[in-house]
Amino acid sequence: MKDIIIIGAGVVGSLLARKLSSYNLDVLVLDKENDVGNVTSMANSAIVHSGYDPIPGSLKAKLNVEGNRLFPNLCKELDVSFSQIGSLTVAIFDEQLPMLEELANRSKENGVEVKLLSKEEVLKMEPNLTSEVKGALLAPSAGIVNPFTLVVHAMENAVDNGVKLCLGEEVTSIKDNGDFFSVITKKNTYEAKVVIDAAGVYSDKIHSMIEKIDYEVKPRKGEYYVLDHYGKMLVNHTIFPLPSEKGKGILVSPTTSGNFIVGPSSEWVDDKEDLSTDKPTLVNVKAQAQMMVPNIPFNEVIRTFSGLRPTPSTHDFILGTAKSNNRFILASGIESPGLASSPAIANYLVDNFVSKVIKLTPKKDFNPYVRKRFVPSKMTSKERNELIKAHPEYGKIICNCEKVSLGEILDEFSRSVPPHTIKAVKKRTRAGFGKCQGGFCQPLVLALIASNYKMKKTDVLLDKDGSYIAHYLTKEAK
Amino acid sequence: MKELICITCPRGCHLKVDDDLNVTGNFCPRGAMYAKAELTHPVRTLTSTVKINSKVADRLPVKSARPLPKELIFKAMEEINKVTMNAPISIGDVVIKNIFDTGIDIVATKDILK
Amino acid sequence: MINRDLVIVGGGSAGMSAALEAYSLGVKDILILEKNDYLGGILNQCIHNGFGLQEFKEELTGPEFMTRFSKAVNEKGIEYRLNTNVINISKDKVVSYSNSEEGFVEIKAKAIILTTGCYERNSGAIQIPGDRPSGVYTAGQAQLYLNIYGQLVGKRVFILGSGDIGLIMARRMTLEGAKVLGVAELNSYSAGLNRNIVQCLQDFDIPLYLSHTVKEIVGPKGHIEKIVLAKVDDHFNFIPGSEIEFEVDALLLSVGLVPNVDLISRLGIPFSKTRGAVVTEHMETEIEGLFTSGNVLHVHDLVDYVVSEAREAAKGAYLYLNNKLSHKGHMYKVSPKDGVNYVVPQKIYIDDAEDKLIFKFRVAHPFKDINLVISEGDRVIKKIYKPAIIPSEMEIVKLDKSLFNKENENIFVYVEERK
Repeated sequence: MKDIIIIGAGVVGSLLARKLSSYNLDVLVLDKENDVGNVTSMANSAIVHSGYDPIPGSLKAKLNVEGNRLFPNLCKELDVSFSQIGSLTVAIFDEQLPMLEELANRSKENGVEVKLLSKEEVLKMEPNLTSEVKGALLAPSAGIVNPFTLVVHAMENAVDNGVKLCLGEEVTSIKDNGDFFSVITKKNTYEAKVVIDAAGVYSDKIHSMIEKIDYEVKPRKGEYYVLDHYGKMLVNHTIFPLPSEKGKGILVSPTTSGNFIVGPSSEWVDDKEDLSTDKPTLVNVKAQAQMMVPNIPFNEVIRTFSGLRPTPSTHDFILGTAKSNNRFILASGIESPGLASSPAIANYLVDNFVSKVIKLTPKKDFNPYVRKRFVPSKMTSKERNELIKAHPEYGKIICNCEKVSLGEILDEFSRSVPPHTIKAVKKRTRAGFGKCQGGFCQPLVLALIASNYKMKKTDVLLDKDGSYIAHYLTKEAK
Repeated sequence: MKELICITCPRGCHLKVDDDLNVTGNFCPRGAMYAKAELTHPVRTLTSTVKINSKVADRLPVKSARPLPKELIFKAMEEINKVTMNAPISIGDVVIKNIFDTGIDIVATKDILK
Repeated sequence: MINRDLVIVGGGSAGMSAALEAYSLGVKDILILEKNDYLGGILNQCIHNGFGLQEFKEELTGPEFMTRFSKAVNEKGIEYRLNTNVINISKDKVVSYSNSEEGFVEIKAKAIILTTGCYERNSGAIQIPGDRPSGVYTAGQAQLYLNIYGQLVGKRVFILGSGDIGLIMARRMTLEGAKVLGVAELNSYSAGLNRNIVQCLQDFDIPLYLSHTVKEIVGPKGHIEKIVLAKVDDHFNFIPGSEIEFEVDALLLSVGLVPNVDLISRLGIPFSKTRGAVVTEHMETEIEGLFTSGNVLHVHDLVDYVVSEAREAAKGAYLYLNNKLSHKGHMYKVSPKDGVNYVVPQKIYIDDAEDKLIFKFRVAHPFKDINLVISEGDRVIKKIYKPAIIPSEMEIVKLDKSLFNKENENIFVYVEERK
């Protein structure tokens, strides 16, 4: 019998697990995927919004602003790339200027520091913006984060502090036994006194396993372009258009790895697994982005992708408990600004709901830090030399485009949330993230995975079960 | 009259061959030889790999030392798939001697030293 | 910091050829830096034959071809480092590299030849709509798995793009037991060599779909299950109703190669339409003493031409090291015009040039019955009749330097219709 089961190892589930690992609790995290942070947390804009945009008084507004404030220290503890570059919401037409002011007022109401900029001021900051720009709202506290390592490191820290993680465990039903729950997956049955639903696009489905619900969480797809880091600064801030009922609109932003991201679109889809991209949508994303930044070098695109926002029909995060049982806790419908809000959501749920149903005694030896990672490409020549002398595997480069060393990949295997798939290595180390998209390094990474887990090279997966890479050996007897 | 594309070299000449096997359109004499062979007994150089016991390689690349009759290509693959070599291997080492009595050997095309 | 006369980045066919040429000209302080644990670069996985007809007058496989060079490099005692990755090249020609034995090393080079080859355009770059499952590979990646590691990426295969690697892989995978269902090419003509259409597709009854491309990749469960192929019109728009579905377990992409200029892309030097650097007659970039040749300069169709171009760069490096490149006097700007896509080199210092000027170029699309013209300004220097010419075949024209009289600053290369 566990104290708590968290369903879903996205950014919310992982930060919740980490928060709970600071108490004397027996916590288990279940996720249907083969890696943590593999759905919504993997495919998003990677922006830590300032909180200027949500309706004042909403959970989104409160937790976004709080979350934003928690990020700098969180990323320090978890050794995650984070940079407070600020965001610019730009008006391109004269009639948008009043809306910009309205937004500035909303920001103040939400407690977010902002500044209205004139055309000249904004063009000075961002020379690649359209000369049509009429003005902009600067939110200095907005940031960019590496969303992949945020989730991995948060869960690693949780596991280091005693949480148990089971991947590849798809929950099929939950039985409410009164004072405990039976959580049945495709492989096992687990029991816990408290269940937390942090299942992203499936959070409504998980909730409905114990009671009838009066909301739904619909996937809303966003399609993106990723540009290579090509040696020039396209934009220095995250550039937003004015928000509409469809969301914050199509942004153009640097990422923490020096790439640029353009997107997302916003389309309702029925299928919670539909991550396909389509041409008309991407063409529209391009056109919208070019209205703000006309000279985006789309010949530098190295990838397109799409992600799903778990959009709740209630229009706000669903944080609380089930009606029938206050030991079934909800972190449901966490769409944008979910990433920015995630550390605050974890605190909010633990303080207001978990604490009501289970005794929380702080763990004396809780360590908020993850074990240090060595990243040669970010070191000085001297540091790099010393590292390679002590650990020669950091001298051998596996991924040429992103300059990822063998040492960095091997180190990930030694950690408490190790990668099992090509994609999991890519998310942690950036091997295969560059312009050749693994053309050269994928066979090497595949061999490293096979040798680490003593498995056949033909059985290594890209990501999901069945996603084989090079499944057959030649010259095998029939 | 038959039309062929010469595959002897990357130039890819467009050849014309009449019923008496007179060839036109060829840049060099090898084109005429190719066209005649192609219409009487077509041949192809076969390249593939064989298994190898080695510390550094999983497969050893091989080729037919001379072009094989085209109809033997898949049968030759069956034989190639049965072979396992042991390192060290040098370029030109015979992997299969005189395959199907053609007088043609399958040979290694890479040095694999250990 | 260590000083070196000549550092060559990349130990493939271009790098080794450049090293050998520089050595034979008298440059003895040479260091080749190679990222893999073997010399020879991409030729190691190109186990098919067809290499060396120009260079050795015989037909070799890729490994055989490259071994002739690596043996020579070893015999001459030219120094090289394997498993060594160049991290940075600075404007003042400091080369930083990393390996496990020496750590992070910085070398001040008097001259550098960059021979880092190219990489393949991949699914990210061409943005095929649909799912992003496993089972989609570049042709070269599938070739690496197959020829080096003995792993077959699929048994029901479709190939998008008729580049030579794709055609070669159609044959290779067929021989290794896969069923290749077809090859599709967006253009109305093949991007590969004619001989490969014959010996890799026609020999095995593999259909070639010209003016077709993949409209959608289907693989919602994680691995590719199906592709939807569709015909395109002259503007590359899909023709409704032309869709054909293929059930596949692998899709190979052979949709172009791109010079791998990462190490020099931030130096502020100009690049050409080939996506390689703008170079002089000696393959020298705008940074004096920094040369580049082979597929990192422009993508070649034959390795034989790669090695001869690398020799031109090596000659340049030799002259530079001996203060014999003036970078002065009459300079020609070489530009493509009607029907020609690009020309290498883009600049010629005629006083520095060798006796023969070498122009390498490709036409923009297929032509029949035309003249290729090279002119100095309006003055025609050379006309070459071509019954047929296609973009996949690089043209090389060598002209006596004495034909040029320095009266104009422009040299043009273009296609002329015959009346």
